[in-house]
Amino acid sequence: MAILEVKHVDFRYGSGPWILKDISFSVEEGERVAILGPSGYGKSSLAKVIAGYLQPQGGEVLWEGKPLPPSGFCPIQLIYQHPEKALNPRWKMKDSLEEAGVPSGEVLTEMGIQEKWYERWPNELSGGELQRFCVARVLKPETRLLICDEMTTMLDAINQAHIWNFVLSYAEKHNMTLLAITHNQYLADQVATRVLRIPELNHIQVDRSEL
Amino acid sequence: MEKEILLEVRHLSIGFESYNAKVEKVIFNAISDLSLTVHKGEIVAIVGSSGSGKSLLAHAVMNILPDNARTGGTMFYKGELLTPERMNRLRGHEIAFIPQSVAFLDPLMQVGEQVVGTLGEKARALQQKAFEHFGLKQSVAKLYPFQLSGGMARRVLLSTSYVAETEMIIADEPTPGLDLKIAIEALKDFRLLADQGKGVILITHDIDLALHVADKIAIFYDGRVVETADTQTFRGDGQGLKHPYSRALFHALPQNGFNLQRCPKCGATCATWNVDEKGMRCGCGNS
Repeated sequence: MAILEVKHVDFRYGSGPWILKDISFSVEEGERVAILGPSGYGKSSLAKVIAGYLQPQGGEVLWEGKPLPPSGFCPIQLIYQHPEKALNPRWKMKDSLEEAGVPSGEVLTEMGIQEKWYERWPNELSGGELQRFCVARVLKPETRLLICDEMTTMLDAINQAHIWNFVLSYAEKHNMTLLAITHNQYLADQVATRVLRIPELNHIQVDRSEL
Repeated sequence: MEKEILLEVRHLSIGFESYNAKVEKVIFNAISDLSLTVHKGEIVAIVGSSGSGKSLLAHAVMNILPDNARTGGTMFYKGELLTPERMNRLRGHEIAFIPQSVAFLDPLMQVGEQVVGTLGEKARALQQKAFEHFGLKQSVAKLYPFQLSGGMARRVLLSTSYVAETEMIIADEPTPGLDLKIAIEALKDFRLLADQGKGVILITHDIDLALHVADKIAIFYDGRVVETADTQTFRGDGQGLKHPYSRALFHALPQNGFNLQRCPKCGATCATWNVDEKGMRCGCGNS
């Protein structure tokens, strides 16, 4: 049975042009799906709609056949491209890391998170270090579907492989479903069991001169 | 055949002066000892982790570091010493710079005017040609930076180097936010310029794109060039690469296996190891 169903979703910002038009697909439990496509096709907007940060104007997103629960730990978690935007600049790293409970020791060791970073502010760590915190804080049993929106594009290849390898092994072990959003074909082939191409999924006209 | 050297950077160091809580002067060293050579007709790609000083190198060559920066070492351009005064004359004319951040555009000036810059009316036609080349409508010239999307602003920045009759281009992350087609188009332009005997420094973290066009790849780590390798050595199994960090970077690419070495003692992956001139080792003390 499909764990996530995206049904005929339409979305636009205010009265602007349509960003998403009639998008439909579903994801089975334990699957690893990559959504691949160039910029300007609404990949990130789609991620936010699925995670419940944005409400679609048309269609619906169903989690286990129902709309997302309005409160509690959301079973769908989203990791952004820019970790510096996902962390509260006025919270120390420890507070952001433990906002929804302390991550397991296995996660902290594997992500190479050092305790001496706990008392630092987000602007005192590099992008790669911040992203490890962002990943560590969502790898919990309550997270059933993890959306990785260009999770590693800001990072060098070594940090990219490090974070992905651990997320993949964690997902395997805990039967967590993955939705990876990327523009990199090689990465999609490497991490996903199924690849969807957004230009074929999204029924919009993209004005390429405006990208 | 030995090619002529266009730009040579010898033992560059960059530090930043600031004051700590006790109002004592402290210097933070960002780059300690960095050397790099660019020949005529060559594209040198600079890749490396974020925060490794890639952009600082570009800013040092262009003489646009902030006032509190202290630099050491020497630079030569076309065989002559590149002094700050000489750089100020060459900047925008013989040496063009494509900055990383689209925030480098003047917010209060129409972008068409910014592309024409100080080159005068003779550059107007070139500006129009550049916009056409990068798929920007001519009406875009009348817009201000806040009215552009990220990709459009990026193409305006590319246009600025297109109009100048440059001998050398330093492009700092010219491709993010561009769709792949335009990104490849922009890189092909660099290739074309290099084939005409000009020099290009291409700073990027996208190794895949760099491999498309570059002749040499300089791998940065923590303010140092750990290795300068021919593009060919990044193909095949990567055994031609000398430094362990370069090899680790190569094998970590999704198309090359996506693998990381692990420490035999504590099991930590090499993403968390320390890197120096000789190699890389795990912090647990086992080399």
